[in-house]
Amino acid sequence: MTSTTETEGRIYDVAGQDWDELVQEVTDSAEERLVINMGPQHPSTHGVLRLVLTLDGETVTEARTVIGYLHTGIEKNMEFRTWTQGVTFVTRMDYLAPIFNETAYCMAVEKLLGITDRIPERAQAIRVMMMELNRISSHLVAIATFGLELGATTPMLFGFREREMVLDLFEYITGLRMNMAYVRPGGVSVDLPAGAVDKIGEFLKVMPGRIKEMRKLLDANPVYTRRTKDVAYLDLTGCMALGITGPMLRAAGLPWDLRKSQPYLGYETYEFDVPTENSCDVYGRYLVRVAEMEESLKIIEQALDRLSGPLKGGPVMIEDKKIGWPSQLALGPDGLGNSPDHIAHIMGSSMEALIHHFKLVTEGFRVPAGQAYASVESPRGELGAHVVSDGGTRPYRVHFRDPSFTNLQALPATCEGGMIADVISAVASIDPVMGGVDR
Amino acid sequence: MTTDNLPGLPEEPVARRGMFGVHDTGDTSGYGRLVVRRPPKPSSARPYGSYFDEIADTLEASFAGAIERVVVDRGEVTFHVAREHLVDVMRGLRDDPALRFELSLGVSGVHYPEDTGAELHAVYHLCSITHNRRVRVETSCPDADPRIPSTVPVYPTHDWHERETYDFFGIVFDGHPGLTRIEMPDDWEGHPQRKDYPLGGIPVDYRGAEVPAPDKRRSYS
Repeated sequence: MTSTTETEGRIYDVAGQDWDELVQEVTDSAEERLVINMGPQHPSTHGVLRLVLTLDGETVTEARTVIGYLHTGIEKNMEFRTWTQGVTFVTRMDYLAPIFNETAYCMAVEKLLGITDRIPERAQAIRVMMMELNRISSHLVAIATFGLELGATTPMLFGFREREMVLDLFEYITGLRMNMAYVRPGGVSVDLPAGAVDKIGEFLKVMPGRIKEMRKLLDANPVYTRRTKDVAYLDLTGCMALGITGPMLRAAGLPWDLRKSQPYLGYETYEFDVPTENSCDVYGRYLVRVAEMEESLKIIEQALDRLSGPLKGGPVMIEDKKIGWPSQLALGPDGLGNSPDHIAHIMGSSMEALIHHFKLVTEGFRVPAGQAYASVESPRGELGAHVVSDGGTRPYRVHFRDPSFTNLQALPATCEGGMIADVISAVASIDPVMGGVDR
Repeated sequence: MTTDNLPGLPEEPVARRGMFGVHDTGDTSGYGRLVVRRPPKPSSARPYGSYFDEIADTLEASFAGAIERVVVDRGEVTFHVAREHLVDVMRGLRDDPALRFELSLGVSGVHYPEDTGAELHAVYHLCSITHNRRVRVETSCPDADPRIPSTVPVYPTHDWHERETYDFFGIVFDGHPGLTRIEMPDDWEGHPQRKDYPLGGIPVDYRGAEVPAPDKRRSYS
């Protein structure tokens, strides 16, 4: 510390020693390096994602992703619950696509049980329909939040308004808007309630116009295209190396969609196209998502025709009494619960039914030892469930290959060398859901 | 008890004795002396069926001795690979035109505390877009030496997946560019997905009764 004598007296400052040289060196270097934290509490990071950005002016020279802020130990928790209870956990992973988590998990459990071929067709069609409804609601959030993050409020309001229609359908069918635990090993928890077909039919009438509205608003909007075209470029090579799947991969030109290439739940019997783009940029990913919503509507329509036609009145849970959850649910004055008929059956007339009910509810069913991997095409890419059983009534290990987790690795590749404002576009176009990333 | 009239089965380790965890004199079921042995490690014999034979032929031609056993189960094929050959096999699976597994779906760890000498398993799911096929590669390492070579040079997507497996199981992936924790905090002790790591939890009072923590509840497995 030095001091100088001025007119006002002695002034103390912190200059002197070799600090002057150090300061001089830093000022001389041409690089103006600035390290900033974006997140974990940032409105445009889709939850609790933290980005450590090194900036040179407004150019991002290094982007590092820090995750784990939403880790809840779902995979560990499932090892202490029965196979059926696991559905309640997986549905909370990727909370924007709960039906996909449930379906992937249940498909893996059914594979382990060897009952894949015995799932009733009506249950399969309901699963397909619910998944496609869920795809629309998930893509709507992706586009809505995307608009908001780029400073446009209208797409956000439109997107959430439309999503609300889907969530209302979910509430009507399952009782819950999100995290419904609707798909269960062996089928689905409850059949479509009366009037559901009409409600979905109304939705199918309204939705194409709403998507058209969204397209009118954004497709050729100069403000929007300038923020999205040629931004966050990731070509097919990059996608393949980083294991990217979903709309990002299809926006790089590869029509890879598990619903077409490795069909499950009878997807091969539905007519739909796999939209692709060749621009490899944010705008292409947006176009793919919008086109996928239109394709989903086609699938829902076909599934609805089957549910109200040839598959009407069929079972929605496997006939096997040792696996199928015995809940014939009915809406009573105190909410949804076991139907009076079922209670009368197990309490009054069938001892075996009571035993099955009791055994299934208290200890659950046993799954033969082994491992299985089942995957579905979620709105964000391949969602895989690796499920291991040791022959007991609880999963030995469940691992989810969540597409958000893998796709988020592409962030440095899409952001480095670009402007900081484009980081927002890049994150939004990856559409990560942190609940799925961290599990 | 004489064993003369029993079929000659290999002596596998004991998995469970008795039923329902009753060990003292409280057992009135008569099942107290029941001994359940672990099933032997599965291994399939040829022909494997489907496209699995083709893959096995190609792999065996290039990497004889690297593949310890092949398991075909529930329509899926698993190649158990010795860890020292893992990177070569993975590179072969990716680059050989007859195999061409371009897309990796990441790494999943499994902890088998009873599998002495190979407690920690790393499971890789690969997908071939060219041939529209899937394959599973599994490798293992002992708890005492938890090291598996990193496959990030072959599949860059394994970067985060290997970090996750290290974080949850403590498998050290040799050669990984930056093997740090990814989900748990950096200063966390232990690896939560291992079977010797407790779940934790507290009992909850509900209308006068106590509901025990999830890991203290009765297990029927």
